Amino acid sequence: MDLDALILSRLQFAFTIAFHIIFPSFTIGLASFLAVLEGLWLATGNARFKALYLFWVKIFAISFGMGVVSGVVLSYQIGTNWSVFAAVTAPVIGPLLAFEVLTAFFLEASFLGVMLFGWKKVGPGLHFTSTVLVAVGTLISAFWIISANSWMQYPTGFETLPDGTLRTTSWMEVIFSPTFLERFAHMTLAAYLTTSLVVGAASAWRLLKGPEAESSIALRMAIGMFAIVAPLQLVVGDASGKRVMEVQPAKLAAIEAFWETRREQAFHIAAWPDRAIAGNRWELSIPKVGSWITAGSIDAEVKGLKDFAPGDRPPVFIVFWAFRIMVGLGVAMIGLGLWGAFLWWRGRLETSPLFLRCAVAMGPAGFVAVISGWVVAEVGRQPWVVTGVLRTADAVSPVTAGQVSTSLIAFMVVYAVIFSAGAVYILRLMAAGPAAADEPPDSHGRAPGSPLGAASGEDAP
Amino acid sequence: MTLDLPFIWAGIIALAVLMYVLLDGFDLGIGILFPFATPQERDVMMESVAPIWDGNETWLVLGGGGMLAAFPFAYGALMPALYGPILIMLLALILRGVAFEFRHHGRRRGKAFWTAAFVGGSLAATLAQGLALGGFIQGVTLAGKAFAGGPLDWLTPYSAVVAVGLVAGYALLGATWIVWRTEGELQAKARRWAWQSMAVTAALLAAVSLATLVVHPRVVARWGFGDGGFDLATLLPLTPIPLVGIAGLAIVAWGLGRRHHVTPFLGSYLVFFSGYLGLAVSFFPNIVPYDMTFRQAANADNALALMLVGVAILLPAILGYTVWVYWLFRGKVGTGAGYH
Ligand code: HDD
Ligand code: HEM
Ligand code: HEM
Repeated sequence: MDLDALILSRLQFAFTIAFHIIFPSFTIGLASFLAVLEGLWLATGNARFKALYLFWVKIFAISFGMGVVSGVVLSYQIGTNWSVFAAVTAPVIGPLLAFEVLTAFFLEASFLGVMLFGWKKVGPGLHFTSTVLVAVGTLISAFWIISANSWMQYPTGFETLPDGTLRTTSWMEVIFSPTFLERFAHMTLAAYLTTSLVVGAASAWRLLKGPEAESSIALRMAIGMFAIVAPLQLVVGDASGKRVMEVQPAKLAAIEAFWETRREQAFHIAAWPDRAIAGNRWELSIPKVGSWITAGSIDAEVKGLKDFAPGDRPPVFIVFWAFRIMVGLGVAMIGLGLWGAFLWWRGRLETSPLFLRCAVAMGPAGFVAVISGWVVAEVGRQPWVVTGVLRTADAVSPVTAGQVSTSLIAFMVVYAVIFSAGAVYILRLMAAGPAAADEPPDSHGRAPGSPLGAASGEDAP
Repeated sequence: MTLDLPFIWAGIIALAVLMYVLLDGFDLGIGILFPFATPQERDVMMESVAPIWDGNETWLVLGGGGMLAAFPFAYGALMPALYGPILIMLLALILRGVAFEFRHHGRRRGKAFWTAAFVGGSLAATLAQGLALGGFIQGVTLAGKAFAGGPLDWLTPYSAVVAVGLVAGYALLGATWIVWRTEGELQAKARRWAWQSMAVTAALLAAVSLATLVVHPRVVARWGFGDGGFDLATLLPLTPIPLVGIAGLAIVAWGLGRRHHVTPFLGSYLVFFSGYLGLAVSFFPNIVPYDMTFRQAANADNALALMLVGVAILLPAILGYTVWVYWLFRGKVGTGAGYH
């Protein structure tokens, strides 16, 4: 195993997982949104909810498909590129990954078929149940994968046997490892935020073109969501940060670019951290506030990176800036929520082009924040893949640099193609808007029984 | 009472892989047959699997994820050994997977592109699975429990024949599925496809079976031909396996001849079942041919035990709702893409 294969495998993993997470962070929230829409339609009989459902379910189908195919890649990549990681950690997190397949993937995949194609085959109650099961499936999936990842961040509930293999001593401690709860909450909220921002942006875009009842409803639902969830996310994120300080002090020091261990750490608003000089080349700071933000008191002593051997320090620059991008966007989301709630209260939502434009601009913000957040969590854990147990450098497969570079290039090409096409198709649907979704199907060859086909039939059972 | 956990798990993983081959086989086969159909027929063919392909592919995730969890050392040795074909398979599955949705949204050129991607992806995924299988049968070079061979070990004339054979086999599954699920002209066409792919499958299955006896002495010995001699007592208990395959072919032919709807499909399942069983018998108890047994590859017993509890509860439920979904989408898929 040469060094290049390691770096290329890391790049490939980072690229493919960053691509994958785009779709779950949208589909987890969208599945719940669809369940709510269908529930509202069944409860109120208001056809607008049905129109919205039929509109968003098509976008959901495209995103979900891309999420599935990019996810299958990841589960195999753990073997092809990280075979040592697979063999070493399987006694502990192997069952968690298996349970994800058994409890979530089959559920999602099977009931997705009913949700998309069963409109005329099952009654409304059963169809609604299918939508709910898909939504629940996405959350169960997030539960297991975040559980596995949290164990990697701070492993508990296992022992190392004399021959070096791991053995689980407590499954509860493995599944609910110390960082799990905060991170599961943070990720779920991130998914809901991401979705509501996209729904808000698509609706605001339609409203900029002219009034449309469905889009007004969807915009209000989206604002209601992110106005509440964005502030909540700040609270949960802060709790997550406190936990990081407790169990992964090197990561926290990288997040805040603290080098010395001391009381009254300064808070760096911006900085250029450089591992080569073990310090910040320049910084824009508020004295003493750093200790308060991270540890809750100006007097608290907070560890700096110099407490760790140079070989044990995570990359600082990336972690520091990724964190600031995430939090910056989080604060912007809070602002957008407050503003939207205020306009709603004053009854001026549709008549404020400035707000609608800002809502459109914030549409992709959730994706950027999610990827930044994962970069903080994963790069901040380096050089370990399982903190204190297995180094990333020791986890890689015995494959050659040539193999990995070929596959990496192939992934880049294929992902570029499907991402562009998927984005075009989704944006096209969004531009057409929910009203168009309820029109009878045209001759584009949409197969019968598909959502669009079903949409025409008012005789649906 | 103590359970033989690794043994049970070997059975579960074998079942998952068999389920994958039987289920995704026919929807990959439909992609392989796409070029021979008219645009309208293609819509019908795709529609016949659109609600279920995702569930079918999930068995592949269970096969891989299950092997990671139950036999991590086998997973850790096989995946790097088969890096090339696995990666090709994944890339191909991406293209054909998104094609299910994208084909509906593309306009003229877009639709043509995603039709091509569906064909190319289905074909490449099948070839890659065949190459991986061929590489697996030839054996994997190990040092301790890790892969120690070269990056192209899997690429030989033998694995190429296996790959082509698998294409014919999946085409047979796809064609008989269409015979079952459609009517009229498309059904008649599919009967022709089924005859043709059956002939190729039979020929290549025979060729591969004989070639496999040459590939490795252990396989030869398992079938009673070891040491230059021939041991009838070893071969005899195994003869039902090829006989099942021959019976399967006969059922396909009979069903096609009598214009039955579902019998050819069931016959082609028997063919696959026999081939699968033949392989399983050739390798047992090896999980990485020919130096790692499933016991050496097994995960810690407490992990296997926990998962067995999960499987005992969840697998019946999964099978239950899978059957329900198939039942829901039963019946003929209409031609002419009419909205009924
Ligand atoms: C927080 C959520 C989350 C995260 C961090 C991941 N995934 Fe994922 N994954 C999902 C949430 C999800 C999801 C919501 O369940 C799916 C279903 C469709 C989609 O868009 O995402 C999905 C699909 C999906 C599938 C396809 C399932 C099917 O066949 O139906 C596989 C095999 C994986 N994922 C595997 C992984 C692996 C190995 C990951 C990390 C290394 C990973 N996912 C990270
Ligand atoms: C879905 C959100 C995730 C994203 C965006 C993400 C991102 C990343 C990134 C950027 C790296 C590279 C760090 C570096 O090398 O400096 C990495 C490493 C890694 N992550 Fe994640 N990760 C995610 C979730 C997970 C999960 C859920 C698991 C496992 C259960 C996981 C397992 C790994 C492993 C094994 C590595 C080491 C390989 C490497 O360094 O590239 N990740 N991840
Ligand atoms: C508003 C203030 C926010 C704070 C203080 C905050 C804090 C944090 C911290 C400390 C981590 C690292 C956790 C770890 O490594 O264990 C993290 C990770 C993460 N953040 Fe945030 N965050 C905020 C906003 C957001 C927003 C708005 C999003 C997305 C919409 C987001 C998405 C994520 C994701 C996906 C991760 C990686 C998963 C995880 O480790 O939990 N965050 N966040």
